[in-house]
Amino acid sequence: MAHVNENIKTYKGFRAITLLCLVVLYAPLVIVTIYSFNASQSITNWEGLSFRWYADVFTGPESAKFKSAAFNSFTIAIMAATASTMIATLAATAMVRGGQFKMRTVSFGLISLPLMVPEIVTAVATLIFFNAIGFTRGYLTILVAHVAFCIPFAYLPISARMQGIEDSFEQAAMDLYATRRQAFTKILMPLMAPGIISGFLLAFIVSLDDFIITNFVKGAGVETLPTAIFGSVKQGIKPNIMAISTMLLSVSIVMVTISYFVSKSDSTK
Amino acid sequence: MPGNKTDAIDVRNAVKRYGDFTALKRISLTIKDNEFFTLLGPSGCGKTTLLRMIAGFEDVTEGEILLFGDEIESLPPHQRPVNTVFQNYALFPHMTILDNVAFGLEMRGKSKSAARKRAGEMLELVQLSQFAARKPSQLSGGQQQRVALARALAPQPKVLLLDEPLSALDLKLRKQMQLELKHLQRETGITFIFVTHDQEEALTMSDRIAVMSAGEMQQLGTPTEIYEQPRNMFVADFIGETNLLEVSVDQVMNGRAVCHLGGGHALTCNSVDGIGAGAKVHMSVRPERLFMSDVPVEAESLKGRVAENIFVGTDISTLVDLAEGPQFIVRTSNSDRGNKRIFEPGSEIFVNMELGAGRLLMD
Repeated sequence: MAHVNENIKTYKGFRAITLLCLVVLYAPLVIVTIYSFNASQSITNWEGLSFRWYADVFTGPESAKFKSAAFNSFTIAIMAATASTMIATLAATAMVRGGQFKMRTVSFGLISLPLMVPEIVTAVATLIFFNAIGFTRGYLTILVAHVAFCIPFAYLPISARMQGIEDSFEQAAMDLYATRRQAFTKILMPLMAPGIISGFLLAFIVSLDDFIITNFVKGAGVETLPTAIFGSVKQGIKPNIMAISTMLLSVSIVMVTISYFVSKSDSTK
Repeated sequence: MPGNKTDAIDVRNAVKRYGDFTALKRISLTIKDNEFFTLLGPSGCGKTTLLRMIAGFEDVTEGEILLFGDEIESLPPHQRPVNTVFQNYALFPHMTILDNVAFGLEMRGKSKSAARKRAGEMLELVQLSQFAARKPSQLSGGQQQRVALARALAPQPKVLLLDEPLSALDLKLRKQMQLELKHLQRETGITFIFVTHDQEEALTMSDRIAVMSAGEMQQLGTPTEIYEQPRNMFVADFIGETNLLEVSVDQVMNGRAVCHLGGGHALTCNSVDGIGAGAKVHMSVRPERLFMSDVPVEAESLKGRVAENIFVGTDISTLVDLAEGPQFIVRTSNSDRGNKRIFEPGSEIFVNMELGAGRLLMD
């Protein structure tokens, strides 16, 4: 009979499948990172270590375009993540702490549905919507669209966190003479903080990274990093694109690391 | 009707409904000032619902709740001068022990320093001063229990509500905390309302007990009254161990009732108002009020055979099958072995009941 606690390594093909998955997932990232330090003009021939393409991003012919795109991307990501996190926190409070109200199931569906709608559909629909109400495309339309599609991403970690907090904490606070508002700010919010930070970081990454919707709703001349990179790549891949990609990757890694430590320092565990 | 200013809690015709389900069916009870009062019953009997209604976490569907003469049933929890010790303690995990205890005082408008000073005194009272700077997760269950108690007592509530606070502790710690709670109640002079499903705990600690079942109050009385004069089947069965015998009342005379329990056996006990001759009811006899002998010692000695002896530490429980009739449990205290005999299984013996030990029950 098979051993119940059989070591996973003894399964046939375990190593091969694992290696294949890791290679497909990470080899491109590793190669892009390495070649971003290539001295050559070519994207395939290695000619020695250099930071010239990083310098090119900041000072080269495309630097003005990338700078304004980076500014747009980061300001939009911060604002969209902030707004969507606040909305998601309120939504989670209503859903998790609001008791049994009518349309609760429907509400949950409406909040998480955007995750399942094909992004291209959302993009086209948003574009048509902005046109219909006469909203001129530009920075603001990107921001509004980002706030909207970031909400479900921010909502999920926040509501998961809130479901893990027993309501006896707030009851204890109110029993000890805290008003409903004090119980929320002094007890629930600090306990929620790890979920809220995770939700914010997730929303930030999703906004920073978005291409499809942004590409549809952005106006002429307003670019974010993904659209700027795409525009640049259309004229042929240059090594400076690899440098930008590597920098974006670093931002993501930093975010994930912060998120990891936030959840590790969880005070309720 | 105005309330009595000297009664801590006055519950009047309180009803609690959740949709079609009635959790509390018109409960009325008065809890005196400075009393250790226990709501006792199996899970789902409504005891916790009643406690949460007093605390303000549950709306009162019908009826009134008065606190020292003032109606409180429509006040939100933070405006009621009562505090709760929660079953899972609900200590704020992100705050230190000291800040936990100071929380209620600060919310009542005390300055941070004054609140902390008083919180420090409360921690001293529960002997946890050295843990003031720790977080709740760094304390054992028993210590968390004490912090919860200190936190709830710190703002000097008029009534302290305790929702099965000892259920998570092991037996030894639970016994110790029972005594500590009782002492704390005497020291502080605050009315305690304690909820439990553990009848032994209730008997040990309480001045008075309300036994509840299925949303109704079954009996209200002192531990002795509840134990020795149970009003009905439920109370007799729920509190302690008992022999519940189906009897038919033969005759009632001079405050005594002669009852038949089948097989030609008869037992005499005190009569109860409302149970007359011809009634078919139950009689409760506590096992420790029975004793065995090898020859009949009185006219009503019941002939039987020992089935089994069960050693339970301080006592020995003996199962006795009557010749024709029910099985009895007879409990003999080990300290009483000089006067009372234990018989080997298979022995033909007689079961005798102490005078007045039988109790007739309303169903």
